[in-house]
Amino acid sequence: MAEARDTILEVDALDVRYGPVRAVRGISFEVAKGGITALLGANGAGKSSTLMAVAGVVPVTSGRISLFGQPTTKATPDAIVRSGVGICPEGRRIFASLSVEENLIVAGTAVATPQVAAKRRAEMMERFPILGERRRQLAGLLSGGEQQMLAVARALMGAPRLLLMDEPSLGLAPQMVDTIFSIVEELQCEGISILLVEQNAALALEVASHAVVLANGEIAAQGAPADLASDDLLKSAYLAA
Amino acid sequence: MDQLVQQLINALSLGGIYAMLALGLAIVFSIVRLINFAHGEIMTFGGYGIFLSMVFGFPPVAALCIGLGAAVVMALAMERAAFRVMRGADVISLLITSFAVSEILKVLFQNGISARPVPISFPSAWSSSYQIGGMTIGVAPTASIFVTILSLGCLTFVLRRLAIGMAMRAAAEDFDMLRMLGVRANRVVAAAFAISGLLAGVAAVIWTAQRGSVDPMMGFFPVLKAFIATVLGGLGSLGGAVLGGFVVGTLEVLTQAFLPDSLTPYRDAIVLSAVIAVLLVRPDGLLPARSGTRS
Repeated sequence: MAEARDTILEVDALDVRYGPVRAVRGISFEVAKGGITALLGANGAGKSSTLMAVAGVVPVTSGRISLFGQPTTKATPDAIVRSGVGICPEGRRIFASLSVEENLIVAGTAVATPQVAAKRRAEMMERFPILGERRRQLAGLLSGGEQQMLAVARALMGAPRLLLMDEPSLGLAPQMVDTIFSIVEELQCEGISILLVEQNAALALEVASHAVVLANGEIAAQGAPADLASDDLLKSAYLAA
Repeated sequence: MDQLVQQLINALSLGGIYAMLALGLAIVFSIVRLINFAHGEIMTFGGYGIFLSMVFGFPPVAALCIGLGAAVVMALAMERAAFRVMRGADVISLLITSFAVSEILKVLFQNGISARPVPISFPSAWSSSYQIGGMTIGVAPTASIFVTILSLGCLTFVLRRLAIGMAMRAAAEDFDMLRMLGVRANRVVAAAFAISGLLAGVAAVIWTAQRGSVDPMMGFFPVLKAFIATVLGGLGSLGGAVLGGFVVGTLEVLTQAFLPDSLTPYRDAIVLSAVIAVLLVRPDGLLPARSGTRS
């Protein structure tokens, strides 16, 4: 049971298939409590498929996933989120036709009581002042970086123990990427464990406490970021960094 | 002048019924991509609910409330029994499922109650009229306009101010994302069906109060018009559904009232030609839905 205490997420021999395509091929890794685990690899390596399988969005073909010591291989995304997971999906997917505040209200409905949700909304607006300033604006009118902040804030409405982030830096200006990554580090300091999918390997290795490198749906390497970063062969082959 | 005002009130009253039916269709479509052909049977069931509760001796106003409830129950039952298992199926499969539900219910109404219209006797005051500035105006059409405005107001409140309404708008934009926020899909879908059932129930109340009878096809024809209204307004757009409903209702009443007798048989053809003409200019409808679906 000692393991269950410091392991938040356990992925064991995970296989994900889309019809004939085997996107993820029997990978195993763990996410330690309080750490940032980076899933790295080239486009199409199976990073997002792995993350979405953990989130319950993509069905698991074979293998096992357990979250907080409970098997969740067949759980639906909504049940997984209610068990204490926050999801920032690729492309942010904020509700463009809802206001900033409405996005946060919707995000709070299933994971908090109305009183707690109202308190957390206030906290989010304090944490991301720009969201407070634009609370009545349609979320679709926010800039890319602001939308990413809203996506993070939305995922935090349930006070998750594990945050799944898919390509948070995609399409953002360099300065905004820095901001987002400092938010990621901040969240880790607050005790939230994070599973981060990133194409920007250099950046991800800077913040991560553990890294898993995927290639063609298999694990090419995993370990401490410092070791991976110093491995030139690995860098040139898989990380394009 | 007198006739014009009267017809305008009739147009608003009929348009309101179409608008509420079209809204019910649009709310369900925007969330589950189901074009619910059995929506008319929800309205008919509401009508029979009113009829049966009058038979069992309930006072008229209570009977109308029971009719509303019956429509909501029917909408929820339909979702649970027929559409939930089909969740995620393509639009065509869902459409055909709804055809089947519609046919089954119509046969049940015909064999279980009567194939012919059954009369409902409301207080005579409801079918009377009043005078304003020398004009004679019916009580029922006037009341139905107020009921329509009230219903649309309540719906706007639910969608704009309540969390469940915001969740429904979010679901229309990106249902999968909503589930990634922990929201149970079944709850949002059930809420959408309940609201569409309630609107169909209100339509049934207004329809029966004005016509005084219920038959197995009662809901079918108005819902056909409501379909046209949703397409005219822009499929999946709620504002479009309301606008489309009022446009179709108004065209229908005005052609009925002012067309020469020799042209009256072509009334539907004329209304539909006008709709086609609009769609030729604006293929996405008058107020198209924002396309929110993303990969």
